[in-house]
Amino acid sequence: MTENPANRYPLIIAAATMILCVIVVVAFAIGRYPVPLSDLFRILWSWIGGAPHGLDATLETVVLQIRGPRVIAAVLVGAALAAAGAAYQNLFRNPLVSPDILGVSAGAAVGAILGIFMSLGVVAIQSMAFAGGLAAVAMVYLVARAVRGHDPLLLLVLAGVVLGALLGACVALMKYLADPYNQLPAITYWLLGSLASTDTRNMWVAAPLLLAGLLPLWLLRWRINVLSLDDEEARALGVSVGRIRLVVIVAATLMTSAAVAVSGVIGWIGLVIPHFARLMTGPDFSRLLPVSVLLGAGFLVAVDTLARSIASIEVPLGVLTAFVGTPLFLWQLAAARKGWQ
Amino acid sequence: MKLEAQQLAYGYPGRRIGSDVSFTLNAGEVLCLLGPNGSGKTTLFKTLLGLLPIQCGKVMLNDCELQQLERDEIARLVSYVPQAHGAFFPYSVRDVVLMGRTAHTGLFAAPSARDHDVALDAIRRMGIAYLAEAIYTQISGGERQLVLIARALAQEARMVVMDEPTANLDFGNQVRVLERIRALAADGIGVLLSTHDPDHAFLCADRVAMLRNGNLLACGTPDTVMTSAQLQHLYGVEVLVTEVALGQGRRRVCLPMGMQA
Repeated sequence: MTENPANRYPLIIAAATMILCVIVVVAFAIGRYPVPLSDLFRILWSWIGGAPHGLDATLETVVLQIRGPRVIAAVLVGAALAAAGAAYQNLFRNPLVSPDILGVSAGAAVGAILGIFMSLGVVAIQSMAFAGGLAAVAMVYLVARAVRGHDPLLLLVLAGVVLGALLGACVALMKYLADPYNQLPAITYWLLGSLASTDTRNMWVAAPLLLAGLLPLWLLRWRINVLSLDDEEARALGVSVGRIRLVVIVAATLMTSAAVAVSGVIGWIGLVIPHFARLMTGPDFSRLLPVSVLLGAGFLVAVDTLARSIASIEVPLGVLTAFVGTPLFLWQLAAARKGWQ
Repeated sequence: MKLEAQQLAYGYPGRRIGSDVSFTLNAGEVLCLLGPNGSGKTTLFKTLLGLLPIQCGKVMLNDCELQQLERDEIARLVSYVPQAHGAFFPYSVRDVVLMGRTAHTGLFAAPSARDHDVALDAIRRMGIAYLAEAIYTQISGGERQLVLIARALAQEARMVVMDEPTANLDFGNQVRVLERIRALAADGIGVLLSTHDPDHAFLCADRVAMLRNGNLLACGTPDTVMTSAQLQHLYGVEVLVTEVALGQGRRRVCLPMGMQA
């Protein structure tokens, strides 16, 4: 029998927060243009206080204009994907579910590729990705609602899988039709995920959406726990299952759509980070959510820093998350298994 | 406080299981529902709890129509002990019982210190304090059944509906649960339970209802309803209801006939 994870929880939170802070500082410091720690803190201090730092203006641009938004974007996107994944795993009562299950990523991909197809600007492409993600999930939800008299959860998953496959076919068609010199590389690049095009402007739009999705998940944390029981049991315990489920889906979709719009498709985080967190904290969502958020943020900042610094070209994020995450996860799984016996 | 079914027709959408069921369960009373497999006991229970739509007739809770009540209002009046089952995530027993406090917890809140106390108290009353930190998915089916009853106790409702609470239990735990059910009734809680063992009705019930093909065959005190002929009619096998001497008193028991060598 394992010890009660509640006793370890403050320690886990403290450790995860510290690791995130260290990763963020390191992410600011390293890259094509290294920034010494002392300079970094002087620039941040003058940014907060308004006093001049007396350093090279290039250094300030690198920290505040280039790396700042990108690191913040990585924190928010990583946190959002992990939080949405954790919520969905409880909602669908399955630790193998990712935020993509209702077709968010597929819908966002179709939206973004349509934008690239029409040669729109970055902001317009991101808006179309966001709208595409929302529209896909709304369609899945309405289809599942229209068919009555079956297990609603199963219908949601089925509708999501079917619509996701259809949207995948649309993506394939548009790639096939795209101009192979201008559009196809842009589409491929977007589908592999990247934070390279983040700037202050689009973060001001995405950040409130990401946080707005996180808030209901935290507020409803206890209800989301109960939602992982059978529908009938949860209702007998006093939970309005349909309503809470809708709120969770809307919140998770908002976050995932905003995240995918900023970063392109980054798989893996939403599936594995909550799983990783659950191995540490146990399944209680009020502990699982904060730890997932911290780990997801830390993980994506670390991977994004690697992506822009290990090679002379940027390595696609979606590729790197899988390469870094898989061994990490397998190791954790093996370690946990030992602990159970 | 009472739970009342009036000419109730129930079933799944598009499929009627039973109809014309009427009875009243008062606080402090144990009503035992007997019926063969597939007679509609679980479906009836789910309808009484508002988990399935009422097809015809009424369910009244405390003189309120069930449909007029919100889910958390129903949960504060009636709790439900489903048949023991697996769980999807490895919650601790303490957390599972704590979920019984949901209807008393604000929409945006987590269980308070008082909720934790109530949950622990329910765990102790079921005699499973030693399981409190165990993982629900790793304990035996019988232990899970006891945990689910503890969860219903933590819900602090005046009515409890128990779907075969003794089904997975060993002989000792069956008796302990029946004693617990009597104690609940003594505390003023109304208990509606189903069982496949008619002797359990003799042991704990104030009244017995018999359900066959979705219809009530009979409803009354165990001594009047549970006759050899009625039980034979209900289950389709020969049954002998007889009395045995027990200390100073006597107690009725059911014996299956036709099994003699």
